[in-house]
Amino acid sequence: MNDWIRTTAAELADALTAGETTSVELTQAHLDRIAAVDGPVHAFLHVDTEGALAQARAADGRRAAGNTASVLDGVPIAVKDVLATKGVPTTCGSRILEGWVPPYDATVVARLRKAGLPILGKTNMDEFAMGSSTEHSAYGTTHNPWDLDRIPGGSGGGSAAAVAAFEAPLAVGTDTGGSIRQPGAVTGTVGVKPTYGGVSRYGLVALANSLDQAGPVTRTVLDAALLHEVIGGHDPLDSTSIDQPIGNLVEAVKQGSSGDLSGVRVGVITEMSGEGWQAGVLARFQDSLDLLTKAGAEVVEVSCPTFVHALATYYLILPAEASSNLARFDAMRYGLRVLPDGVAEPSAEEVMRATRDAGFGPEVKRRIILGTYALSSGYYDAYYGQAQKVRTLISRDFASAFEQVDVLVSPTAPTTAFPIGEKVDDPLAMYLNDLATIPANLAGVPGISVPNGLADEDGLPSGFQVLAPALADDRVYRVGAALESLLAQEWGGSLLDQAPDLDRLDHRTGVAK
Amino acid sequence: MPDTPDTVSREEVRHLADLARIELSDEELDHLAPQLAVIIDSVASINEVAAGDIPPTSHPLPLTNVFREDVVRPGLTAEEALSGAPEKEQQRFKVPRILGDEQ
Repeated sequence: MNDWIRTTAAELADALTAGETTSVELTQAHLDRIAAVDGPVHAFLHVDTEGALAQARAADGRRAAGNTASVLDGVPIAVKDVLATKGVPTTCGSRILEGWVPPYDATVVARLRKAGLPILGKTNMDEFAMGSSTEHSAYGTTHNPWDLDRIPGGSGGGSAAAVAAFEAPLAVGTDTGGSIRQPGAVTGTVGVKPTYGGVSRYGLVALANSLDQAGPVTRTVLDAALLHEVIGGHDPLDSTSIDQPIGNLVEAVKQGSSGDLSGVRVGVITEMSGEGWQAGVLARFQDSLDLLTKAGAEVVEVSCPTFVHALATYYLILPAEASSNLARFDAMRYGLRVLPDGVAEPSAEEVMRATRDAGFGPEVKRRIILGTYALSSGYYDAYYGQAQKVRTLISRDFASAFEQVDVLVSPTAPTTAFPIGEKVDDPLAMYLNDLATIPANLAGVPGISVPNGLADEDGLPSGFQVLAPALADDRVYRVGAALESLLAQEWGGSLLDQAPDLDRLDHRTGVAK
Repeated sequence: MPDTPDTVSREEVRHLADLARIELSDEELDHLAPQLAVIIDSVASINEVAAGDIPPTSHPLPLTNVFREDVVRPGLTAEEALSGAPEKEQQRFKVPRILGDEQ
């Protein structure tokens, strides 16, 4: 019997085409894997066994009739719980949406269904995507498959852990300040944040409208490109959706996989090193740069001086947008309604206050209050107004850098996965995890994180980030695929081959034997 | 230059939570107020970065009004729209009283 759960999505698609397996068999294999390991990993908030198997049977029917819906027809997938799924609970990791069953599909989900990918379930996340560890989920922390005592990154730690633990070959994440790329880095998986507007936000429960972008979470760069081509492209239901083709991403991966980067100019961002960066992460980054140089790339250093203000800019713009967006949770139309204690005939406003206190966790409250502050009269110009101006400067830094180089690179995250509990009540320490990923969201440019080795001091994965100009997503796929194939030659396989075997997990303690 | 204090008081946090319609207990205020002061202190540096003539960016890509044809297309039924309501009555959202508040 084949080990289908360890097979890439591209190979699963080939096996389906060759008639070596069925979608029902593949979907059941992943459901069995979820049943076996998700207790200790806790990547999923909801598993839709019946729905996934019904979609798999339909995929097998289409294939038997000779009319497959897409290249990935029949290949199962996991979806972050921030995307609305008709008939399947969607909580955003929050108590305030506990039990909510959306009456409609997000466009990304509708495209997955149309392309025939059975949806295994919904993955765990920091509440409303606020966090870098999944510890802010109201439904418990996801554990990193490399070390169950450590965080899987966030906010999309569930999607990253699901593919890292072989519970799903593919997943969808969303990236507002790094929530696809940083979990990718710390779990040894691939994550792509597309160009802003490249993937529809319709049905994506908004954290910060001007920053949010959905994208692929996978184990290989090719799988990410295949998934990106399914979910990407113009959507009239999202007024910020770009009405242009997303480019031939799979072709860019094939070009990159040849390992030849002759003529490609790679810029190392000066500002992304120094204090706060783990030595082992920087060492792997240097190794990767050496590989790119050997592959023919011209590697130079490029300064983006305003990037040092990106974190402060982000933590004004994001809370401002979030505090407005989360006003919709008013206990009236959907979600939780809590009546205040000891009030005989509470008003709508009193119910709203009590509900939002009970339904939101501490990080959501922090950011709503921070956003309310940044937008309040008297402080608006000094904080939110200034942040919008610095955002312009950050975009200008990107523009001038991309006049000199084709792509910019940095480590994806400053450290490897940290122990669960270490930063959960220290917001500033938590925010620093997104230091390298935030600038791309502020400017709307695409980025990828590719696993590039294990840090010497702790043996945990690090990630290599590639950024490109808006609409040049193909470049991050080309360079990402080149690095992936050069590293695979060195390692004789993928980085995840070196991960601990969860099959040998002790289920009472959650510790790998 | 507007006044930008480098910290925020417990009473200010209580007021902001009130504006944001979040009932905070005294314990929550004790916990959140110092954390918010630290965060605000750390983002305050932004005030000196951009010169006055830099245009603000609200959105990463330039956008103008996006229009579509004004044609009828399927939407949610009333039952679907009400499916997540905490309370409903006669095909309507049922809400607590909205009159009689002092504020």
